[in-house]
Amino acid sequence: MIVNEQVAVDHGLNKDEYAKICDLLNRTPNITELGIFSAMWNEHCSYKSSRLHLKKLPTKGKKVIQGPGENAGVIDIEDNDAIVFKIESHNHPSFIEPYQGAATGVGGIMRDVFTMGARPIANLNSIHFGSPQHKKTKNLLRGVVHGIGGYGNCMGVPTIAGQTSFDSSYNGNILVNAMTLGLVKKNKIFYSKAAGLNKPVIYVGSKTGRDGIHGASMASASFDEKIEEKKPTVQVGDPFTEKLLLEACLELMAGDSIIAIQDMGAAGLTSSSIEMASKGNLGIEINLNKVPCRETKMTPYEIMLSESQERMLIVLENGKEEQAKKIFDKWNLDFAVIGKTTKSKRIELYFNQEKVADIPVNTLVEKSPMYDRKWKKAKLPKKNKIKKEDIKHLKIIDVLKKILANPNVCSKEWIWQQYDHTVMGDTIQKPGGDAGVIRIHGTDKAVAASVDSSAVYCWAHPLTGGKQVVCESFRNLISVGAKPIAITNCLNFGSPENDENMGEFVECVQGIGEASDYLKFPVVSGNVSFYNQTKDQGIKPTPAIGGVGLIKDYKNMITMDFKEVNNLVLVIGKTEGHIDQSLFARNILDEKNGPPPEINLFNEKNNGETVLKLIDNKLIKSSHDVSLGGIITAVAKMCIKGKKGINIKKPKYLINEMEYLFSEDQGRYIIEINKKDFKKVADILNKNAVHFDELGTISENELYINDKTKVTIDELSTSNKSWLRNYMSK
Amino acid sequence: MKSSVITFPGSNCDRDMDVALKKFGFKNKMVWHADTELPKSDLVVLPGGFSYGDYLRCGSMASKSKIMKSVINFANSGGMVMGICNGFQILVETGLVPGVLLRNKYLEFICKNVFVKINDKKNKYFKNVDNEVLEFHIAHNEGNYFCTNDQLKEIEDNNQIAINYCDENGKIEDQFNPNGSINNIAGIFNKEKNVLGMMPHPERMIDTSLSGEDGSLFFKNLINNLK
Repeated sequence: MIVNEQVAVDHGLNKDEYAKICDLLNRTPNITELGIFSAMWNEHCSYKSSRLHLKKLPTKGKKVIQGPGENAGVIDIEDNDAIVFKIESHNHPSFIEPYQGAATGVGGIMRDVFTMGARPIANLNSIHFGSPQHKKTKNLLRGVVHGIGGYGNCMGVPTIAGQTSFDSSYNGNILVNAMTLGLVKKNKIFYSKAAGLNKPVIYVGSKTGRDGIHGASMASASFDEKIEEKKPTVQVGDPFTEKLLLEACLELMAGDSIIAIQDMGAAGLTSSSIEMASKGNLGIEINLNKVPCRETKMTPYEIMLSESQERMLIVLENGKEEQAKKIFDKWNLDFAVIGKTTKSKRIELYFNQEKVADIPVNTLVEKSPMYDRKWKKAKLPKKNKIKKEDIKHLKIIDVLKKILANPNVCSKEWIWQQYDHTVMGDTIQKPGGDAGVIRIHGTDKAVAASVDSSAVYCWAHPLTGGKQVVCESFRNLISVGAKPIAITNCLNFGSPENDENMGEFVECVQGIGEASDYLKFPVVSGNVSFYNQTKDQGIKPTPAIGGVGLIKDYKNMITMDFKEVNNLVLVIGKTEGHIDQSLFARNILDEKNGPPPEINLFNEKNNGETVLKLIDNKLIKSSHDVSLGGIITAVAKMCIKGKKGINIKKPKYLINEMEYLFSEDQGRYIIEINKKDFKKVADILNKNAVHFDELGTISENELYINDKTKVTIDELSTSNKSWLRNYMSK
Repeated sequence: MKSSVITFPGSNCDRDMDVALKKFGFKNKMVWHADTELPKSDLVVLPGGFSYGDYLRCGSMASKSKIMKSVINFANSGGMVMGICNGFQILVETGLVPGVLLRNKYLEFICKNVFVKINDKKNKYFKNVDNEVLEFHIAHNEGNYFCTNDQLKEIEDNNQIAINYCDENGKIEDQFNPNGSINNIAGIFNKEKNVLGMMPHPERMIDTSLSGEDGSLFFKNLINNLK
């Protein structure tokens, strides 16, 4: 095939980029080379629109062992233990083929983690769908949930937490973000940097097929009405093979034969070989005839661009081939020496004794395009004033029931019961709480993890929204008694070529950076997904934050269910009555404008750290952060989980009852304490200048508000638990 | 007491079972599916997971793997063999216990705590368990037990039903059946009651910090019965 500008454009490159390639090579690339460039230079692999801004994120900290740039981030959890974790998107493929798209998303992120020598110990996910009324939503949700479960369950890795939301902006572009945590000894972490000359380059895992060719390019473009035709670019997962690959890799890693290892994810053999060479400042020579293929007559182009799953590339020490091969034979996996490292700093490919590609590695990586895209700064919207007549006809209990049954608040049991969340025998906090918690096997330590996003806030004001998501993650970890350590982020946005979408990206990243810097909650890994867009319609900006924290003694973990009748319930943090962009404003008053709640980073940090202090002093019986739906929604969920009631007395604030109960001011927690501890708790809170309200006392099975309004917990529970189950069974 | 846990490619509850058995005093060995000889054992466990990816049919390929010849001989000579979840599916495929396991009624994987009522205590697995009802944990996609009417009559006549899904008070009703199993069957024995297949995972119920403690009760009792 003759390569020209049109062929390059068909590969998703623009005319300038094609000219740059010809210039860098000093000739016209052949079709294989063009394919390689298009794979390495697309948005998904090159981060060409985002690199400039991502550099500003805080990535260092005392507990950070490895920040962004590797397969995943690594943090220290003491005693020579480390946690490897990352979140990644699989949005585009999941819309086209929900089961396989979601499944391979889960498979891919687990591979990123075990590539570094860590055994995966927990999975999480953040999934976002269009309006429940949209004709595709139900099938997409079912397919994605089955896909996530199908892969994770088979791998024997518990899915311990997640987040699901519905919003019409995802009608044409759903989001599927998968996160994995792995456990590794600090002195046994593996990296992707190749080193040494003439070292054998080994291919292990599944055979290469024609699936997923140009998957990464597809994920770097907007959708149009012909998107269904892209189905063949979706990879097909085989969790069984991945389970074998995991065990085989960990067995090989127990020895000392691996120099570098890299999974074949987006852009398959192309990106894995080039990344290893680039990081080691070396060249790699590959004989493509040696690559195990599933199908006959595969061309060099197809072999290099296939995104067949469950494959790894390893640079091995000389002379260790036989020993390594034995392990892969035991697990019935392909093992092939396909090339070697060279000093050429070029990627050189041979096929049928002919050289079919020869590209300097730096042209694919360092010299890849980087754009400073135009972006528009968002204005802070004006506050709305709630009119008395708008709310005077509303009954609190009706509103509460409506909010508890809202698709974005309701119980997601239908989803997480389909995920094996107890395998490995260390899940001490299951899905449905503020964060999932897993014990570090055989120790007293536990790790908490949560994944959060607040697209509505980010959409209303990206800078505030960006900060808020980080704070929410911080709060969720603290609520279970964990000290927050670090985050991973999955940045889901529309087209970077649109200055508004680009502005949302830039300002959300800025917000994330400011909050994570202030809270000492650095970003150690992440992923950017642009072009979540159908024609001109982009999604609401949806940065998802995966936070990880440590609980030193798992027996001190806190859950959100109310524990004991007569215990006191306090609200930590000041309630100002911010209604704009709250669920109450958007769904009850139908008011979609206004700014999101303000973030006060000092209060966030101070309130959070003080709550941790109370937990350390064993003064808290249950706790839950206040988020969507405000105080009353948080309290109702604690009642439902604990099968207890509460007598609420609104403190004598100036704001009215509705504002007090439903506003979504930030930095707040609900905590349960024993009455006899009140003085101790109040002293600690006062000493740290933390505002708190006495909200009420725990009772049997009914929720009372100011002695005049009441509802049974059973009734609330039914509202909360039935929506999703009913929706999916219709 | 010596136990062996078989690891098939795709097993994923083998380690959890190893942890549980050791916790309650078994000297456990892990046995690879391609081995031909079983170590000397008082109990052999086929663990949960997705042996051979559960391709073809759950448990079908594992039932033909090399080690299974020894396991079958061991069972036929009266040895104690327990299959949990995928292990139950493998037992069904070998014919050591009757019936089949279909996909769950609502075609969804289910992971949750359930209650089971012990139907028969004249066997080494449940003898001396004080409780009538245990809280166990299930995590499966194909646990819908089915057999022919003749088979059902036979296993009922022989008291081969080990446990049934029920509520916390032991009431066995359709609404407490998580997967559509015939007569709420959660586990069955072979005729001689030395082979037990069940869907619930007692090894996930050995710690109050996890799902509960009724698994501890089960294992403590089991090792005492084997002594």
